[in-house]
Amino acid sequence: MKKSSERWIERALALSALITILTTVGIIWVLVSESWNFFKEVSIIAFLTDTEWTPLFANKHYGILPLLSGTVLTTLIAILTALPLGVVIAVYLSEYANPKFRKAIKPALEILAAVPTVVYGFFALTVVTPFLQSFIPGLGTFNALSAGIVMGIMIIPLISSLSEDALFAVPKSLREASYGMGATRFQTAFRVVVPAASSGILVSVILAVSRAIGETMVVAIAAGQQPNLTFDPRQAVETITTYIVQVSLGDVQHDSLEYRTIFAAGITLFLFTFALNHISFRLKRRYQEQYE
Amino acid sequence: MSRLRTNRIVDSAFRYVGIAATFFGLVVLAVFLLNILQQGLGRIDGDFLTSLPSRRASRAGILTAWTGTAWILFLTALISIPLGVAAGIYLEEYGKKNRLARIIEINIANLAGVPSIIYGLLGLELFVRAMRMGSSLLAGACTLSLLILPVIIVATREAIKAVPNTLREASYGMGATRWQTIWYQVLPAASGGILTGVILALSRAIGETAPLIVIGALAYVPFVARSPLDEFTVLPMQIFNWISRPQEAFLVNGAAAIIILLAITFCMNGIAVYLRNRWQKKINW
Repeated sequence: MKKSSERWIERALALSALITILTTVGIIWVLVSESWNFFKEVSIIAFLTDTEWTPLFANKHYGILPLLSGTVLTTLIAILTALPLGVVIAVYLSEYANPKFRKAIKPALEILAAVPTVVYGFFALTVVTPFLQSFIPGLGTFNALSAGIVMGIMIIPLISSLSEDALFAVPKSLREASYGMGATRFQTAFRVVVPAASSGILVSVILAVSRAIGETMVVAIAAGQQPNLTFDPRQAVETITTYIVQVSLGDVQHDSLEYRTIFAAGITLFLFTFALNHISFRLKRRYQEQYE
Repeated sequence: MSRLRTNRIVDSAFRYVGIAATFFGLVVLAVFLLNILQQGLGRIDGDFLTSLPSRRASRAGILTAWTGTAWILFLTALISIPLGVAAGIYLEEYGKKNRLARIIEINIANLAGVPSIIYGLLGLELFVRAMRMGSSLLAGACTLSLLILPVIIVATREAIKAVPNTLREASYGMGATRWQTIWYQVLPAASGGILTGVILALSRAIGETAPLIVIGALAYVPFVARSPLDEFTVLPMQIFNWISRPQEAFLVNGAAAIIILLAITFCMNGIAVYLRNRWQKKINW
């Protein structure tokens, strides 16, 4: 009697854990089945090579490239903002700062990641864009630059905390050897510790890229909603995520080709983030093995 | 000799660069927040909290938005906490060594990296259409629950991992079964850590906008939701709608609504950090 109820409890618990698997299966099934219907009507070659994305207009084109360029551009700007700051913060906290300061500042940095993204969108639109416009001529109300920078600020804690962990894991003996050779703290940090922790820092950057690619609200609010095949950061662009939002806000008929475009866009996004997460996962396992 | 001096100067200069970089993000955030307070604080009054949305900015309020957020918070907690904690218990206490648990573990790590808007697409097809929930509160809460499940599971596992084995062994020694040990010993000991993780996850859920837009949450809802099957809006949706408009007056409304949303978010984060500190201090195994 007792035993059977114990078994039922274990089954119920296992079922809850299985929901995570079902979620993954569900995501893949939804994306693949709807995109399948999409690619029955639009050739995959046109999807990948057409330079226009105009599914909502009379003259329809289904080229993902403008959305990809918008996504890549805003992500690039975000990483260029977050990477130097994040790595400098990580080196400072791990190699220079005293432990008390480090302990106090880390939760403060996490606040940056706790602010809802729609709020960052508001900042980008109402504070950063007007500020940048004051010295960058030709900067539109909606532009990739402002959205990218704000997204970068948002992901600083992601890079700084993961990189710091990687720096911290570098064995002390390496530092001591470097000091023994007469190197300064700065030289030790950047020529010994950072190279030794490079794969860990790389993991943090890859995860940050994946995060920036999937970020929606900041770009939807501040980068504009015009698919634009350009790498000019002053112009308005549309990312994959913004396009999905744009369609969801309008009233598009279910089971129409327009409706399926968001799943084709979604599967593109999913494949990119999945690949990046997978790479970071393997890298992490490799360097963790190295030190243990 | 001069090379040595340059090295020393570079070394001490980096200290200041490091401090500047560390505070850069925080200073920028502080500027943002001051700007928000300046723009929106004057707009917040009793009417703003108790008025329905309106086409006229000066008469619009956030009643439907904040009640929607409260509903979503409640329903998401109801769905995600039991599932997440149960899954965490299973992975940590039961399935440590089997292959299924390993696959689930890798899968959870992958899920944590899936963009939130993709969960919206899943929710749209699965809850809104296949299960015929429509663009209801329930569909929104189900979608957000799947989104934050990995966070709750990971937090539960960490908290359970921190419970020392001696506690379990003592319980088994008294003749308790596995489940009795978990329910009466392990869970109470791990509750602080679990609660911290749950609050952080829920605070993330109520800040989410993108997945709810995709499942069809509305920007304009002229009534307060009465049941989980009603259509809804939430604070982030209302903010997005207002700041997407060109009129200045709606931007001010957006700023005011942001203050309310941030107050809720920061409160939840504050409680979580407080709990974490207290829990870490109290337990000295």
